[in-house]
Amino acid sequence: MKAAQLPTRPEGAAPVATSRPARRRTPVPTRFLPVIATFVLFVAMFGVGSVRYEGFASGQVVANLFIDNAFLIVLAVGMTFVILTGGIDLSVGSVVALSTMVAAAGLQAGWSAPLTILAVLAMGSGFGLLMGLVIHYFEIQPFIVTLAGLFLARGLCYVISVESIPIKDDTFRSIATGVIELPGGTVITPSVVIALVVVAVAAYVLHLTRFGRTVYAVGGSESSARLMGLATARAKVGVYVISGFCSALAGLLFSFYMLSGYSLHAVGMELDAIAAVVIGGTLLSGGVGLVVGSLLGVLVLGTIQTFISFEGTLSSWWTKIAIGTLLLIFIVMQRLFVGRKA
Amino acid sequence: MTQTQADDLRPTTAEPVVLMRGISIEFPGVKALQDVDLTLRPGEVHALMGENGAGKSTLIKALTGVYTPDAGTTTLNGVQVAFHGPAAAQSAGISTVYQEVNLCSNLSVAENILLGREPRRLGGIDGRAMRARSAEVLARMGLDVDPASILSSHPIAIQQLVAIARAVEIDSRVLILDEPTSSLDADEVAELFRVIRSLRDEGVAIVFVSHFLEQVFEISDRMTVLRNGRVVGEYATAELTRLELVSAMLGREMDLLEEIERAVAESAPSDATDTPLVRVTGLGRTGAIEPFDLTIRAGEVVGLAGLLGSGRTELARLLFAADRADAGHVEVDGRPLRLRGPRSAIAAGIAFCSEDRKGEGLVADLSIRDNLVLAMQAARGWARPIPRRTKDELVEKYIEALDIRPGNPDALIGNLSGGNQQKVLLARWLVTEPRLLILDEPTRGIDVGAKAQIQKLVADLAAGGMAVLYISAELEEVVRLSDRVVVLRDHRKIAELDGRDVSVSDVMALIASGDQADHRSGGTERKAS
Ligand SMILES: Nc1ncnc2c1ncn2[C@@H]1O[C@H](COP(=O)(O)OP(=O)(O)OP(=O)(O)O)[C@@H](O)[C@H]1O
Ligand SMILES: [Mg+2]
Repeated sequence: MKAAQLPTRPEGAAPVATSRPARRRTPVPTRFLPVIATFVLFVAMFGVGSVRYEGFASGQVVANLFIDNAFLIVLAVGMTFVILTGGIDLSVGSVVALSTMVAAAGLQAGWSAPLTILAVLAMGSGFGLLMGLVIHYFEIQPFIVTLAGLFLARGLCYVISVESIPIKDDTFRSIATGVIELPGGTVITPSVVIALVVVAVAAYVLHLTRFGRTVYAVGGSESSARLMGLATARAKVGVYVISGFCSALAGLLFSFYMLSGYSLHAVGMELDAIAAVVIGGTLLSGGVGLVVGSLLGVLVLGTIQTFISFEGTLSSWWTKIAIGTLLLIFIVMQRLFVGRKA
Repeated sequence: MTQTQADDLRPTTAEPVVLMRGISIEFPGVKALQDVDLTLRPGEVHALMGENGAGKSTLIKALTGVYTPDAGTTTLNGVQVAFHGPAAAQSAGISTVYQEVNLCSNLSVAENILLGREPRRLGGIDGRAMRARSAEVLARMGLDVDPASILSSHPIAIQQLVAIARAVEIDSRVLILDEPTSSLDADEVAELFRVIRSLRDEGVAIVFVSHFLEQVFEISDRMTVLRNGRVVGEYATAELTRLELVSAMLGREMDLLEEIERAVAESAPSDATDTPLVRVTGLGRTGAIEPFDLTIRAGEVVGLAGLLGSGRTELARLLFAADRADAGHVEVDGRPLRLRGPRSAIAAGIAFCSEDRKGEGLVADLSIRDNLVLAMQAARGWARPIPRRTKDELVEKYIEALDIRPGNPDALIGNLSGGNQQKVLLARWLVTEPRLLILDEPTRGIDVGAKAQIQKLVADLAAGGMAVLYISAELEEVVRLSDRVVVLRDHRKIAELDGRDVSVSDVMALIASGDQADHRSGGTERKAS
């Protein structure tokens, strides 16, 4: 019972919200901080590299980062969508392998290159759609469903062939060997262009479409998003379709890179993709993150590899150790960010 | 009391917009609604009244398609409808603010208002138009917040207003507000009522749910009273007295209620001991609250009064170390205490019952029992298991003491009505047997009967030697319960009054007065040392 109401706005008092000073925010919104941190890390690593190793600070080394990781960039973009809703997709590595298999087997069977590409993309999207539907309508944890997807896709590879299948198709080979020369003599491959287009499209979808905003809303609070009347089902299923599509596309880029289909391609690549997304500042709990961050995350991972190859004497296992350490540091940093926000 | 016919109140010739007939909903073990009728007319504010758990929110959710009724029909403008989800109801012209703030705190204020209806330009969301549009809506609500700011950076009250702004922005024929005022203060309520009235005059049918009887009588034209999932009756507000309403809601006479209130009044001036339990010197945090001194003795109830946003919650959070202080120190039992985080506060016997029960308090997927046991176990340390018998006894005891309904210890928290969730949250801290209990808006969203019960409980706890810091927007409660009242304004402690001879108007005068209050030394003010 509110028998005694507080005085209704004493004369000369300020309107409602000014009595509660809006907390002055730092010029940079907190949600950009993790991405900026990743960018700073990337630049710093590059700085250290150029001081230590001759030839490190060249445009081509940067371009190679993109060339060698084009497929991982595409994978990380798809993973970003999924993680933004608070989900996870463990199947992506296997779907990459399956895509290389389908592509190689299809071409071997005499399919034309465009048909093969379409088939692979449809297969990946369909695979994602299935997982998304199961996750949403049966309310099963994404971890479990996509883990099943991981085994299923990898198993299907063996059904197609246990041997590695070489790709001899002319279109594939010409894309694989094609180079695009940039001013300054640096060269990149068509795959790099495709990967960057994917990043740009993803950023557009996430920030400028209702679907994209619903993805963020679902990650923030699914029940609220539903009560707000948003199309949560479409967003929740949609992200797995996108992730499946990206995996298939990454599989195609990977087959350009390797020029073969093989059941043992891309083992554990889902973990690289997740690591890149997390290092890029996306919260595993969903709702916070930028696709540019994931791109930077991939570049950081790539730089670690470049380091190791420049060092020459280090075992490649050091890559894993470095990635592990970085991941830990970033997750702890995110905790601190989130903790301080409250 | 008179049960009016549908059309003898206002000269409305308008047909009902919404007609719900014979609605029944059953959850496992609970008949939440049985044969309920509801009629909403355009240009009318219809209050839905009832105790905690009476079925108000469930009825609303049945209308908006969140739940599918087991029986009954709903017609909208004479056409029978069955919505398959909130989105469908929304596009049919029913916009709803559900109980608790149901927004996405990771997104901006503007997005929360316009999500799903964003203005578009050239195939993309037009961010600028979106901010402009939401600034308009916010201005209409008398709110001055930056539309681009992230929702989680605002206090609960602002979030609640943003949720209302979202509902108002939708050009709807029916507007449903489920406890919209639970965390607003008088100014904001007045502002909201202005908006409600203007919508009503435009012919919108409005459903209003609140446990503040005052507000209900002020704003509503008609009300439907529910009790235990059944309709008690539909009444014209003008023809109903408060007393009649309360007995319709509770199904018993007001006497009992008054008895409880009297008991509170009698036990309130508890005998505080002289040794301070907690002594705070110069504790402060920039932007949240200026450094303050405060002494709380065992067995004492200290009330915190002030407008929303005056720093009440901020003060409590500092004391509980939920936020880090930049200055000052705290002594417990004369020994300095380093507040490193909530755990250290809990270890020192300080408990904090948060106002944001959804965000900070409860684990919705666990049962009442688990929620209580969790707190108990955390307080004892994980190495010392609690015997099953003790657990059951304690859980029983608190369910009974607070009249938590349903009284089934295995009921999931997420399925309880809002008011009952609040009671579980309170119980969760009580089981830890704290020495200082900080209660931030403990009676928010709680019905009249339970409010009195909770106040009595606080008085009893203090009589039993617990120190209580009591925060509430309802000055009556604060003044009635407190041995001392600390008054805050603009993030500053401006006075400390002896609760025994302070009146509500004294406190109001202090809150409303200008800066001279700092230097005023009335007979009742005690200098904080
Ligand atoms: N999803 C659910 N599953 C099981 N029981 C439920 C569910 N939702 C509500 N109930 C039960 O239905 C009854 C009515 O709850 P409801 O939330 O409608 O009450 P209310 O009148 O809104 O109360 P309050 O004033 O506390 O908000 C309660 O006993 C509650 O425990
Ligand atoms: Mg309710």
